[in-house]
Amino acid sequence: MITPLDDFLEAAVRTATPLALAALGECVTERGGVINIGLEGAIVCGALAATIVAGTVGVTAGFAAGAAAGLLITLIFAIFTVYLRADQIITGTAITLLSLGLTGLVYKSFYGTTGVGLTIPTIGAVEIPLLSRIPVIGRALFAQPVITYALYILVPLMAWWFMRTHSGLALRAVGESPDAAVAAGVRPRRVQALAVLFGGVMAGLAGSTLVLAQSGTFVENMSAGKGFIAIAIVVLGRWTPFGVAGAALLFGGASALQYLFQSLGWNQVPYQLFLALPYVLTLVVLARASGRSAAPAALARRELTLG
Amino acid sequence: MNASALRLTAPLLRLAVLVAVTLVVLVALLVASGFDASIALQAMARGAFGSWYAITSATLVRAVPLALTGLAVAIAFRAGLLNIGAEGQLLAGAAAATAMASLFGETPSALLLPLVLIAGVASGACWAGIASWLRQRFGVLEVISTIMLNFVALYVVGWLVRGPLQEPSKFYPQSMPLAKTLQLPALLEGTRLHVGALFAVTLAGAAWWWLRETAGGFRLRAVGMNPSASATSGRIDVARVSMYAFLASGALAGLAGAVEVTGVTYALYDHSPGYGYTAIAVALLARLNPIGVLGTAVLFGALQAGGNAMQRDAGVPVALVNVVEAVLILLVIAGDRWRGSAR
Amino acid sequence: MSFALALSGISKSYGNVAALHDVSLQVRPGTVHALLGENGAGKTTLMRVAFGLVAGDAGDVEIEGVRMSGHTPAHAIARGLGMVHQHFSLVAAMTVTENVALGNHGGFTPATVAEQIRTVGERTGLTLDPHARVRDLPVSAQQRCEIVKALARNARVLILDEPTAVLAPDEAQALLRWVREFAAQHPSHAVVLITHKLRDALAVADDVTVLRRGTRVASGLASTFTEVSLADAMLGPTERTPAIEAEVMPRVRPHTDSVGAHHVVLQADAVTVHDDRGVARVHSASFNVRAGEIVGLAAVEGSGQTELLRALAGLREVASGRLHRPPDVGFVPEDRHGDALLLDASLTENYALRDAGRRRGRVPWREIAARTAAVLARRDVRANGPHINARTLSGGNQQKFVLARALEDTPPALVIENPTRGLDFRATAAVHDALHDARDAGIAILFYSSDLDEVLTLADRVLVLHNGVLRQVPREREVVGRAMLGLT
Repeated sequence: MITPLDDFLEAAVRTATPLALAALGECVTERGGVINIGLEGAIVCGALAATIVAGTVGVTAGFAAGAAAGLLITLIFAIFTVYLRADQIITGTAITLLSLGLTGLVYKSFYGTTGVGLTIPTIGAVEIPLLSRIPVIGRALFAQPVITYALYILVPLMAWWFMRTHSGLALRAVGESPDAAVAAGVRPRRVQALAVLFGGVMAGLAGSTLVLAQSGTFVENMSAGKGFIAIAIVVLGRWTPFGVAGAALLFGGASALQYLFQSLGWNQVPYQLFLALPYVLTLVVLARASGRSAAPAALARRELTLG
Repeated sequence: MNASALRLTAPLLRLAVLVAVTLVVLVALLVASGFDASIALQAMARGAFGSWYAITSATLVRAVPLALTGLAVAIAFRAGLLNIGAEGQLLAGAAAATAMASLFGETPSALLLPLVLIAGVASGACWAGIASWLRQRFGVLEVISTIMLNFVALYVVGWLVRGPLQEPSKFYPQSMPLAKTLQLPALLEGTRLHVGALFAVTLAGAAWWWLRETAGGFRLRAVGMNPSASATSGRIDVARVSMYAFLASGALAGLAGAVEVTGVTYALYDHSPGYGYTAIAVALLARLNPIGVLGTAVLFGALQAGGNAMQRDAGVPVALVNVVEAVLILLVIAGDRWRGSAR
Repeated sequence: MSFALALSGISKSYGNVAALHDVSLQVRPGTVHALLGENGAGKTTLMRVAFGLVAGDAGDVEIEGVRMSGHTPAHAIARGLGMVHQHFSLVAAMTVTENVALGNHGGFTPATVAEQIRTVGERTGLTLDPHARVRDLPVSAQQRCEIVKALARNARVLILDEPTAVLAPDEAQALLRWVREFAAQHPSHAVVLITHKLRDALAVADDVTVLRRGTRVASGLASTFTEVSLADAMLGPTERTPAIEAEVMPRVRPHTDSVGAHHVVLQADAVTVHDDRGVARVHSASFNVRAGEIVGLAAVEGSGQTELLRALAGLREVASGRLHRPPDVGFVPEDRHGDALLLDASLTENYALRDAGRRRGRVPWREIAARTAAVLARRDVRANGPHINARTLSGGNQQKFVLARALEDTPPALVIENPTRGLDFRATAAVHDALHDARDAGIAILFYSSDLDEVLTLADRVLVLHNGVLRQVPREREVVGRAMLGLT
């Protein structure tokens, strides 16, 4: 029998999935010393591209298109911040505004100014035999779309990559001290550009997930601040893959609370307050986690004297 | 040309270049999205400048909140505070102004109008104050916190207009319309332009003079340029200056919200044209110069007024205007980088 | 026989400024080659070209007879060249092992690299804890880590940029001995020692090359030079004023009591100061500074001097003890760009910064511009007027301006941190002259310098800070040097 708690936990993991995807990408970006406020834009671009392509070609192609869209919009960010050394925060804000406008424009030119409620194919949950029967957590962890399972592999893989490969070492060194990296023969611009673009691909996948594994439709501004929440998740996760995954789960839980309370019949609490909860939680979490000691030392720094 | 003449003409020249670049970007985007550029631009020009009414009641009416929020962003950015939260602070101001107005019940006096505006100003400042406090006390990046507060403000307003402030019939998600006596008087007879425009012009002038001439203004600029040197070599209380700058920024955005409610919408709604986001473009394109903000606010007011007409008359989605804004910001950043003289 | 490192006809310009003009240099295998010149002469730029950090505009680089073209540090490292930078290029947050491994490819196994670090340590005597975080290491160990990093990649030719600048004298001696041994150890080894210290160059080098303003002005066997002939080469024959000569060939002045000294201006009684994290960095320090004397503070990096100086300047609370200080102590921080100047503001605005914290009402900009112009003229700050941005000034003129700003209105006391870091001899001499004048005008001066020679030449009295413990010691090189390491 499926209890409200099962539903809540399953919803928590489901909502956490796009957050975790975006946040893991941003984790790599920030480890390389760049903070990408334009993540929000990459998510919404990914969502729209996924919608269009999944509706015409298919779901898998939809994910690929979402990733490509995230990559393309982030390429602009990379050129401005990594090569022109423009202010990361202002560029990121501009990229977000650009993406919200661009997706609105494209969406309306594709589907008309009325914005017909379109429905597109989605990927369903894949229940893993036996594991999904585990009480309480079984359904939450093992009756999810494939993209969630991809995270189970990606998180440890990223942790290993950070600590046990020379390229991971180079990434961290660039985020801590670009000058030291140059002197050791690393090329910081290339590392940063790749880190930023990886973040863009992951954000594009996060946007695709919102559409293709969750809502099944595109709505303008549907990212609704998830890119910014992902940045908060990176802070809370102390810039480590496992920490980020855990923090994403916490935020997924906060968003899923509304389903739990609805199913428990607590309808007198205004739903707007539940909608505001993840954002308030972000503020509380940042206040508790922000002592920036674990942050890469060169985060958001513009000067790159060498290389 | 002598130096003072240069100082006067340089901003005008800049504005002219900006308008030209805006047109180029606009045409490029229209063509790229497969619209007939000449029809769209004509519709746009009509909507923005086609008549006295279009100029005053469409373009300038939009320029007022853009100028006030643009000033809010400019003040904050000058102090080195990346306040992306003008939108939330505007909503907070609008909500508080509406709440204050509803307190007076059926027969308010015009003397209470200042109280309504002050409520908006105070509320905007408080909303910014949260981000300021989080920054100073906990080191939370204000970029993130102000964006989060924008969403929270949007949902709080959504709740207010369906709850405590909802109009009496409890049917529409909006507040009760403001009593006539609590509405800002018109500035020009027969147009929708209200005296809020005077606030914007006066405050822009005051901010420009204050930043340039006063010790407080210099402290704000110094902290924005180099907080460490300000503290070490200027003995400036950086935390205090930052806090006041943040509060002033929020107050300006809050005033924009109060002025919108009392001057244009006369009621609180749960959706917003996003003036607080456009304000970032307004401020950056004015190079954070308060007088320049007036010019860019009119430019963006015209773009938005024209954009609506373009959607109505030429079927071009108004979202195109947002793309133009973002492209302009990117062009400014790129231009600054290539000249090697950014912030 | 090919040279370990051969540079020929290297030129490099930044904009209109020629940093290097047609410079050649040959490093013989098995030797130590001193590259001499004052700050700004082009020594570091030349070696950055050699290492592939900077692309030269013209000229050839050969490492062990192999011509490099358009090479990067990775190529140079692969050819057996290693460079230890003056401001170390280590990642503070990472471990020694991670730093040594940085720049390689493929999988990274910490245990293997740690073993390699131990092996290098046994072979060369440069021992390190492979798992320590670099930020927790003392400066001398960080330098060892830099060298081990190069040696772990089989560097045969080492470039050391001002390696003794950050070390206490005993540590510096040990390092120079190590350099000699390394060069002699194997016929393919060689060391390029970048320095502006004649004493170091003559003590250790086989060959010497001297740069002045980007050109090579002398080169040959070290035994053919004397301190005086090297100083002539570095400065040019016409530049040798006594003040500048004092900077080139520092001599400790005969000990004199500070005859001009009067009443006590700064006094610390058992003062304890914490850093930002609340860790005590200065423990129960007691001392005083009198009007009309210059007190020098000697210490190796990270001994608590930053916190002590800021407490004296009134920028940091003392945790316990009593600190008597007048309210208006002038302070010149070491980081000009970070802590002293608004680089993108005019000199007038930078001048106004000194009163910015307490000023009320309107700023009298006209009056301040006039005062700024007067200061520029009086203190010989080379700038095209008070309206230009601070960024456009040379480092020496920036420092003269910052010092002049602190000395305006003759404060009772001045606290100054590394007063001449990065300046050339002329600017250094000008700053020292200004400090002497200020002393003679009755100002109580306390300064810290990481350069022991500067402490010994400039100070009337010397205090040494080691690990937060303050002592007054006689102004003698040996004694001060040992005290800096906590030896008695």
